[in-house]
Amino acid sequence: MSIPKIMKLVNGEKGDLIQITSLNLDGVMRRRLLDLGFVAGAIVEVIRKSPLGDPIAFRVSQTTIALRKEESSQIEGMLITDGE
Amino acid sequence: MGNSYRIALAGNPNTGKSTLFNALTGLRQHTGNWAGKTVSLAQGNVQYKDKTFNLIDLPGTYSLFSNSSDEEVARNYIVFEKPDVTVVVLDATSLERNFNLALQVLEMTKNVIICINLIDVAEKQGITINERILTNRLGVPVIKISARNKKGFPMLLDTIDRIVTGAIECEPVQMTYSDDIEKQIKKIEPKVYELVGNQLSTRWVSLRLLDGDEKLLNEINQRFGQRRQHNEYSTVI
Ligand SMILES: Nc1nc2c(ncn2[C@@H]2O[C@H](COP(=O)(O)OP(=O)(O)O)[C@@H](O)[C@H]2O)c(=O)[nH]1
Ligand SMILES: [Mg+2]
Repeated sequence: MSIPKIMKLVNGEKGDLIQITSLNLDGVMRRRLLDLGFVAGAIVEVIRKSPLGDPIAFRVSQTTIALRKEESSQIEGMLITDGE
Repeated sequence: MGNSYRIALAGNPNTGKSTLFNALTGLRQHTGNWAGKTVSLAQGNVQYKDKTFNLIDLPGTYSLFSNSSDEEVARNYIVFEKPDVTVVVLDATSLERNFNLALQVLEMTKNVIICINLIDVAEKQGITINERILTNRLGVPVIKISARNKKGFPMLLDTIDRIVTGAIECEPVQMTYSDDIEKQIKKIEPKVYELVGNQLSTRWVSLRLLDGDEKLLNEINQRFGQRRQHNEYSTVI
């Protein structure tokens, strides 16, 4: 058994499946991310990463949503499937 | 116009609200949701039996917590303008996402219809939806339609008709929160009642205030504060 890898969404690579564990944000920004489907337990897929990693497109709850670095660096999750 | 009723269409972007609006009203509205644009609400009429339903196409949003001006417009319309019925249009192929907004609406207002659109696409994907179970759990009518194929319209219009005549009584399911939050709601609800009376759901307003929604508080103060001043003034006269 391998230890589950905890990582920030910003460090995800194309094809990775990550299960969200926590959002380290408050207020309107947190609310907005929750409304978009970035809730604890949700599984997101890294769809596209721009060269500088900002923004990153994720597949979440059947919709593609791009997050800025400020947002994706505050969301933590468990790597479920490695994209490579 | 005693026989005219306002029916608001709410929902996530791209769920087919405008398609439904156009099909029912015979108009050709295309209201984009791009940022910075002054939000104007498309309105059009549908004749049904002896009644006129005035449809209002609200901006499509994922939420109604006023994170954006679109959300604020839709939220304010539902809460303060009080349409006779709010129809929430959902995409049958992504109900999980769409129910975020639908459940928010059920907390805000009583007369709600859950209208599951794009049912033709869902069927092709092998998705089956049991609207009876959903109706039972949610306490409001759930109807399946395909706006593009004009399927399910008679049922939708009939249900609107029954709600406005009182033949159907909606009892939206109440979300229960953690003990701590429920305690806080109980604590501030009486104060909220003093402020808004029966005009708004005191439970919903309490929840929003606990969440620190200052914009809502300002809106309430503006709308209800003025009215109260006005009343005081008229009693002095
Ligand atoms: N297959 C199918 N497509 C639909 C249906 N309703 C709407 N659409 C399509 O979904 C897209 C978004 O519709 P629109 O009315 O603009 O959505 P709105 O953003 O909620 O106003 C359009 O391409 C419509 O033609 C439907 O019942 N079935
Ligand atoms: Mg539209």
